[in-house]
Amino acid sequence: MPLFEVKDLTKRFGGLTAVDSLTFHIEEGETVSIIGPNGAGKTTVFNLVTGFHQPTRGEVIFCGKNLVGKKPHQIALAGIGRTFQLVKPLRGLTVFENILVGAFSRATSDAEARDVAEDILSFTALDSLRDTTADSLPIGLRKRLELARSLATRPRLILLDEVMSGLNPSESKEAVELIKRLRDERGISAVAGVEHVMQVVMSISDRVIVLNHGRKIAEGRPEEVAANREVITAYLGE
Amino acid sequence: MILSIFLLAAPFVFETRYSQHVLILVLLYITLGSAWNILGGMAGQLSVGHAAFFGIGAYSAAILASKSELSPWLGLLLGPVVALPVALVVGRICFRLRGPYFTLSTIAASEMVRLVALNWRDLTGGAVGVVLRPSVFSGTDKVPYYYVILVMAVGTVALCQWISRRKLGYFLMAVREDEETAESIGIDTTRYKLVALALSAAITATAGAFYANYFLFVDPTVVLPLALSVEIVLIAIIGGLGTVPGPVLGAVLLKLSSEVFRNYFEQANLLIYGALLILVILFMPDGLMGGFRKILTGDKRQVTG
Repeated sequence: MPLFEVKDLTKRFGGLTAVDSLTFHIEEGETVSIIGPNGAGKTTVFNLVTGFHQPTRGEVIFCGKNLVGKKPHQIALAGIGRTFQLVKPLRGLTVFENILVGAFSRATSDAEARDVAEDILSFTALDSLRDTTADSLPIGLRKRLELARSLATRPRLILLDEVMSGLNPSESKEAVELIKRLRDERGISAVAGVEHVMQVVMSISDRVIVLNHGRKIAEGRPEEVAANREVITAYLGE
Repeated sequence: MILSIFLLAAPFVFETRYSQHVLILVLLYITLGSAWNILGGMAGQLSVGHAAFFGIGAYSAAILASKSELSPWLGLLLGPVVALPVALVVGRICFRLRGPYFTLSTIAASEMVRLVALNWRDLTGGAVGVVLRPSVFSGTDKVPYYYVILVMAVGTVALCQWISRRKLGYFLMAVREDEETAESIGIDTTRYKLVALALSAAITATAGAFYANYFLFVDPTVVLPLALSVEIVLIAIIGGLGTVPGPVLGAVLLKLSSEVFRNYFEQANLLIYGALLILVILFMPDGLMGGFRKILTGDKRQVTG
């Protein structure tokens, strides 16, 4: 049984079909990228999975349980973490405190929460910044903090929404390394929604799913997908 | 340490009835401001309707006095008991709204309570109000009242400090910063907003019951006006929204200056009070706490956006 499955997922906003009969699955330990041009529906898929929107049709199954109808915080507690495209750190709090907030959600005691926060702090290499206030961090570190905060909730699957946007090449490289370590060192499966940095997609993904106008138009290993005619057309036009 | 000694000895240092009254008022507003801060400052839900809970507390005490043989001091327990279900019902409805709409709905809720008190004459005496006879204490000696409110004020500030260091405080701050983000890390935002509201309402109601026992007169204009809700908000914001010392500083500054201005400037006192508020808002947008922080650290950044 796959860790995570989406079946016939559909979302209509009035006359607009944002997501159209999407079906895919994630095996435990996989890193999958969902790519597609602007407006393809990637963020809507994430919102549907995490409970911020209700699907018009379809199922979202995680560890055998259907998540449709659950509230976002329940889905988070079930083990699905998420980062947002527009990062929102808890501004007045320090880096450590930001991570601590995430840790509190699943820890059963104050002490346990602090231990988890320390662990994530060093896993994401943010130790040296532990007492810096979150609002003084540059975008690259804010994104890393957002990831750290989500990791502190100890998810089995993490959804990374446009995790590379706004990062310069060296920051992107660091982010890629971190995502790889998620899988290799912690066994966390990941779904990345990445728009156009193909190099990143190639280097982190076991599989790639391509969306266009809310529909899946291709799926497979990164090299296969990159060579797919329909995919190239979707990105570059006829 | 010095502060504790000062607080304990204050009524003997300031021996006039008027100055003791001012001390009691300051402590009352410290309690109200801190209680409000749990919901408004920490959780970021700006309620301008807290007079409703103050009034419920005050009337609980008053009705005990007028309708039963029981001491109105029991209102300190009855007040929160009545206020809690009201708070939860109001919360369930109002928390569906965000930002300014939430604030407007709290004003509406508070006005509804005031209108009930005004019109349910059999229970509350309507516009005539309720006169209480002093219970337990003589009513003329203010000193025991001072110690009661001192315990309440210290207790409330201590509670705020305790909350701010624990999971509850952190979760409330996360709700304040961004509700979607909070949900995505597993925080049930509705539940935590209700918890903050419940704590806030219960303490405010207890303070209202105290006030009824102290002031010995309760009517809708005294304990349920919009102006009271606004004053509580002002104290917390001017002092420093979301900080623990904020409401303390705000209450001290605003209440003391209000009394001082009234005595020394007489007719112009409101004008000068207003000018003081404007100055603080202009130069210390993060409140007094923010101002102190800037002066001490030379840090020019704003904490709240």
